[in-house]
Amino acid sequence: MTRELTFAEAIHEAIEQEMIRDPKVFVLGEDVQLLRHPLLEKFGEERVRNTPISESAFIGAATGAAYSGMRPIVELMMIDFFGVAADQIMNHMAKITYLSGGQLRVPLVIRAACGGGYGDGAHQSQTIWALFAHMPGLKVVIPSTPYDAKGLMIQAIRDDNPVLYLEHKLLADYWLGLLAGANRYKDIQAEFNVPKAGTKGSVPEAPYTVPLGKAEIRRQGTDLTVVSVGVMVHRALAVAEHLAAEGEGLEVIDLRSLVPLDRRTVIDSVKKTRKLLVVDEDHRSYGLTGEIVASVAEEAAGSLDDFKRVAALDTSIPFSLALERVMLPSEESIEAAARAMLKRGKGVSSRGGPKPRRGR
Amino acid sequence: MVAKEVALDLYRRLVRIRTFEEKAAELWHQGHISGELHLYSGQDAVSAGVCAHLRPEDPTAADHRGHGPLLAKGGDLKKMMAELLGRKTGLCQGKGGHMHLFDPSVSYGCGSIIGAAMPLALGPALAAKMQKKDLVSTVFFGEGAANQGTFHESLNLAALWKLPVLFVCHDNRWAVSVPKAQSTAVPWNADRASAYGIPGALVDGMDAVAVYEAAAPLVQRARRGEGPSLLEATCYRFRGHFETDPLVYLPAGEMEEWKGKDPIPKLERQIIEQGYGTDQDLVRIREEIRNQVEQTAEFALSSPWPEPELATQHVFV
Ligand SMILES: Cc1ncc(C[n+]2csc(CCOP(=O)(O)OP(=O)(O)O)c2C)c(N)n1
Ligand SMILES: [Mg+2]
Repeated sequence: MTRELTFAEAIHEAIEQEMIRDPKVFVLGEDVQLLRHPLLEKFGEERVRNTPISESAFIGAATGAAYSGMRPIVELMMIDFFGVAADQIMNHMAKITYLSGGQLRVPLVIRAACGGGYGDGAHQSQTIWALFAHMPGLKVVIPSTPYDAKGLMIQAIRDDNPVLYLEHKLLADYWLGLLAGANRYKDIQAEFNVPKAGTKGSVPEAPYTVPLGKAEIRRQGTDLTVVSVGVMVHRALAVAEHLAAEGEGLEVIDLRSLVPLDRRTVIDSVKKTRKLLVVDEDHRSYGLTGEIVASVAEEAAGSLDDFKRVAALDTSIPFSLALERVMLPSEESIEAAARAMLKRGKGVSSRGGPKPRRGR
Repeated sequence: MVAKEVALDLYRRLVRIRTFEEKAAELWHQGHISGELHLYSGQDAVSAGVCAHLRPEDPTAADHRGHGPLLAKGGDLKKMMAELLGRKTGLCQGKGGHMHLFDPSVSYGCGSIIGAAMPLALGPALAAKMQKKDLVSTVFFGEGAANQGTFHESLNLAALWKLPVLFVCHDNRWAVSVPKAQSTAVPWNADRASAYGIPGALVDGMDAVAVYEAAAPLVQRARRGEGPSLLEATCYRFRGHFETDPLVYLPAGEMEEWKGKDPIPKLERQIIEQGYGTDQDLVRIREEIRNQVEQTAEFALSSPWPEPELATQHVFV
C-alpha cells in the first residue's frame, strides 16, 4: 500500500521498521526522546537514548558499539555541530574498517539536519557535505523526496559502513517549523519557498530500499544537463519547468548520494546534452560542483561543450536574509546560468563548429 | 545587603535585560527576526550580578543565550537590536544575528556552538596575563555545555596556567528537552571545579544580590592574578528553550514555581525594605528603560538592510 507521507514521516517509518526487524538497531543523540517520541513510546529508553551535549563521546561510542555488534543511528542534530566530534568521525568512524584491514565493520548511520535559507545564521545553516564526502570511508546520502528518504534510510541502516544521512530542514520541514517558528508566518512554506514535492509524496508502506550510489533522472531533456542534490534539485526542477515553456529541455539529475557517486548517469546525460550545469547549496570551491565537472571532463571531455556551476559563495552564511539570499543559490541564479548556457549554445553546431566560450 | 548604589545598579541591569527580551520576543513573533530566538528572561540575575563587577574592557563570552550578558555589560542596545533584525546598522552588519553578537566596545562576543566559548575565553585571559593587564575574562555557558570536553579541557588549562578566568554556569535545569539529571553524572557542576584544584561556588541565580556577593571574591581573586574559578548559578528559562519550544517535557507546575522566584520583584522588595527607593522611583527606572528599548526597536525597524555586496566582504580583512 502506498500513502502520502511527509519527508519526516518517511524517515520515521524507515527507522521504525528497521528497529522492529533488527533488535541491534538503536537511536541515540541529543533530545531524541523528544524529537523521536513515537520511537521512544514503542521501543523504550534502552533503544532511544538521550545523550548529554557531548558529541565527541556519544558519536565515538556509536562507532565503538557498531564494531561491537550493534547498528546505531546516531543523531548529530545539525551538521554544523560536527566539528565538536570531528576527530571521532573523520579519523575513527571513517578509517577503522580500512586500518583494521577490513576486520572491523562500522555499520552505523549519522543522521543530521542541514541547510539554510530561513535566516538562522552561520552555525545552523550549513550543508558542508563535501567535507565528509572528501573523507574516504564515509558514505554520504542526501535524499530529496519522501520516497527516497525512506528507501535510502533503510539502505543506510542495512549498509555495513558508516553512512552520513542528511535531512534538509526545508524538506524535513518540522525542523523549519521548530527553528523558524511556523505559527508566526501566514504560510511558512511560501515564505521560504519550500518545495512541495520534497516535503510530501507517495511512500509505500512495506519496507523497500533505494540503492546508495544510483542517481535519479528527475526530468528528461536534451538541451542541458543540470545536476544537484537536496533542495536544489527542486529549485532546478522549477527552473526546468519554467524554461520548458520556452521550448528548452533541461535534464535534471538528482545524485541522491555523494558517496558513492553515480558518475555514469551524469556522463551519459552530458553525452546527450553536451552542456552541464552543476548546482550545489554547499560552498563553490573544493566541492561537489568541481568534482562533477572534473569527473565528466576526465571521461568525456569531448562531449562537454560548455559547463557552469552555481553554488553557495565562499563565505560563511550570513544571518540577515538580505545577505543569505545573495549567498545561497536560488531559482533566479540557476535560471540565469541556464539561460546563459542555452543562449550561447544557439547557432553553434555542437560538433566541429567554433569553440563555445567556457563557463567561468 | 549591598549598598544602595549597587542595589539600584543591579536593578537597572535586570530591568534592561527583561525589557529588551520582551521587546525582542514581540518583534520575533511579528516576524521581524528570522530563525531561532533563545531569550534570557529568568536568568537575568546571573549576568546582572556578575557583570556588575566587570569593566567594559574585561573580555566576556557567552553562548546562544547571549543577550543577557551583553545587556548586563552595557552593550549598545540599538546596534544589538538592529543585529537581531539583520540590519546593516547592527553590531555585525547583520552577518552574525542573535546568536553571534560581537560588541568590542564592551569586549563581548558569543556564538551558538555549545561548549565553544570556554576555550575562546582562555585566550583573552592569557593575552591579559602576558600583557600584564589586570583583566578578568568571564565566560557564561549552560549546564548542558558542562558536558562538552571543552569544559574540562578549559578548566584544566586555566588552572594550569593560572589564568584570570571566571567560568559562570547557568544551571537552568534543562538543555533543550534534556534535564540535568539525564545528562550529568554529578548533581552540581560547582563540585567539578575541585577536580582541577580551583574554587567552585554554587549560588541562587534567582537572587541578584546573592550572585553579586558570590561573584565578588572570584572576580577579585582573578584580578589579583590568583587564577580561575567556577560559579554555578541555579536559574530558569521563563520562555522555554526558544520561542517555539512546545514545553511538552516540563513537569506540571515547574515553570510557575520558578516564575514565583522572579529576581526582579525580589530585588524590588529588597530595595524598598532597605529604604533605598520608593515604588515611584522604581516605576521611573522601568519607564526610562522601556522608552529606551522602544527607541532601539524603532531604530532597528527603520534601519536599512545590508547591501548585497556586503555578502562577500569580510571573509578576510
Ligand atoms: C555542539 C552543539 N551541539 C548541539 C547544539 C544544539 N543546541 C543548542 S542549545 C542546546 C542546549 C544547550 O543547553 P545549555 O548549555 O544548558 O544552555 P541553555 O539552552 O539551557 O541556556 C543544544 C543542544 C549546539 N548548538 N551545539
Ligand atoms: Mg541549560
